[in-house]
Amino acid sequence: MKKGYPRFFLLPGLILLIAIIIFPLLFTIRVTFSSWNVSQSGLNFIGGENWSEMVRDTRYWGSLLRLFYLSFLTVAIQYALGFAIALFAWKGIAARRFFRVLWLIPMMTTPSLMAIIWRSIFTEDIGALNGLLSRVGLNPVNWLTESGPANIAITIVEVWQWTPFMFLILLAGLLSLPKEPFMAAAIDGASAWKTFARVTFPMMAPISIGAIMIRLIDASKIFDSVFTMTRGGPGNATETPAAYIFQRSLQDFQIAYGSTLALMYLILAILTLTIIGKVFARLSKPRGI
Amino acid sequence: MYKVLKATFITIWSLFVLFPIMWAITTSFKPESAVVNGATFIPFLEFQPSLIGWKAILPGPDSLTNLLTPTLNSLIVTAGATAISLIFGSLAAYGLSRFTYGWKNYSNADIIFFFVSQRIMPPVVLAIPFFLLLKELRLLDTHLGLILVLTSGLMPIVVWLMVDFFNALPREIDEMAMLEGCNPIQAFFRTILPLSKPGLTVAGMFCVIFGWNDIFFALTLTATKVLTLPVAVIALNGTVTPYWILAASTVFSIIPLVGLAFVIERFLSRGNLGGAVR
Repeated sequence: MKKGYPRFFLLPGLILLIAIIIFPLLFTIRVTFSSWNVSQSGLNFIGGENWSEMVRDTRYWGSLLRLFYLSFLTVAIQYALGFAIALFAWKGIAARRFFRVLWLIPMMTTPSLMAIIWRSIFTEDIGALNGLLSRVGLNPVNWLTESGPANIAITIVEVWQWTPFMFLILLAGLLSLPKEPFMAAAIDGASAWKTFARVTFPMMAPISIGAIMIRLIDASKIFDSVFTMTRGGPGNATETPAAYIFQRSLQDFQIAYGSTLALMYLILAILTLTIIGKVFARLSKPRGI
Repeated sequence: MYKVLKATFITIWSLFVLFPIMWAITTSFKPESAVVNGATFIPFLEFQPSLIGWKAILPGPDSLTNLLTPTLNSLIVTAGATAISLIFGSLAAYGLSRFTYGWKNYSNADIIFFFVSQRIMPPVVLAIPFFLLLKELRLLDTHLGLILVLTSGLMPIVVWLMVDFFNALPREIDEMAMLEGCNPIQAFFRTILPLSKPGLTVAGMFCVIFGWNDIFFALTLTATKVLTLPVAVIALNGTVTPYWILAASTVFSIIPLVGLAFVIERFLSRGNLGGAVR
């Protein structure tokens, strides 16, 4: 086969992507060694000052740590709930098609706009949630001004928004499973639980891993809900790196320092996600299906 | 016992899913008094529905804002970015599924990883350089500028989904076409592409969802001319607009995509989606 054909397919997309991404990336790397900010714009060279400032920036490391547990926690909940409702919507309930549509809807809604609605739900004096709580005789909770409840609020929003994504991928996976292993399990008289543990779950492992990875990648960028609902507050209690960097570089215009934080954030995200991906790949291999 | 648990779980989950949406819809019909004096839930019983929220966002004498131009902008940008991502992404995915590429030690798997890893890129990393780049190219606050930037986030999704999809299509199909005298390009367009509708639809739907819902790039790279729908509503939010108007504009903005839930369900039920995620 002539050499040109494979290139015809790959190169346009690859070149387009590189063309879009290469300048911004190189620029970000270069600008971290300058002091570009509100009063001084342009690419001077100040060495590693931004980098050493970053090392001492406890607010930044705090936001990364928060992102770490927030993304793992929310993705774990999304996976458990998504798998459960996918199993129900797979077979065994009436009005399956109705529930499938219903459970997909949150994924279709714009996260940043739903965050406005969520804020009106969590708002402490006139919000829906405290209104409901007071009607059943419970005390109102300071959802947005106390650090514990504020983090719970963010978790609830992320679970509401993205569990449908897990649900969709897992349901599509369940629907594409071959029928034979289930028949074999039925012939052996395996219980529903055993069929799930020995047949369904292992067969779903590759799809589960794919879905979890994609969700972890997107969860590593949590921004919309935090930005609209709490602005990172109270204090910095819900601030994620994206929200912090947004404030530093796009609101305070500390472009050089913001870029340093952003670049480190990217490096850490790639490293962490690559390691997780490798671990997953190893976990899923020896079982073999 | 199991049945009761299952029914309870399904009921609670469905109520949880519906609650914010019902709250948004009811709030959009509330008069001021039904919002500022504490939470109200049931129309007619707890408050008299009013149209002031909707009148503020729809054209007319009481209109506070124009959401029609932003709607059009969102449509253009989403459609443009989806189309470019689908075309270039599926071509690349097909190549990666059928041919072996090599450059030094890098193989197909590395190239796929390069595409998919673009999805890891937090938008905040690129916001400022994109701003400067588009300014330099005079593409700031234009449809094309935003489309190109969004493409960098959407093409990875297409490549990720379509490589697996093409891998699942038997190679015999293209080999047969080539035996009949097609070159690989003709084989792709004549035989593979028509078979790829389910995969392309799913990838396209993901592009539409993520493109329509993007806020970060639209917020930083457009100013007035190419204001997208979510940004227009966020801007309202920034000017302390009352909740009934915010709720009406949110409901207005999410209606177009909620229709997609029905499309996706049809695909699921026909069994077309299975192949697309495997």
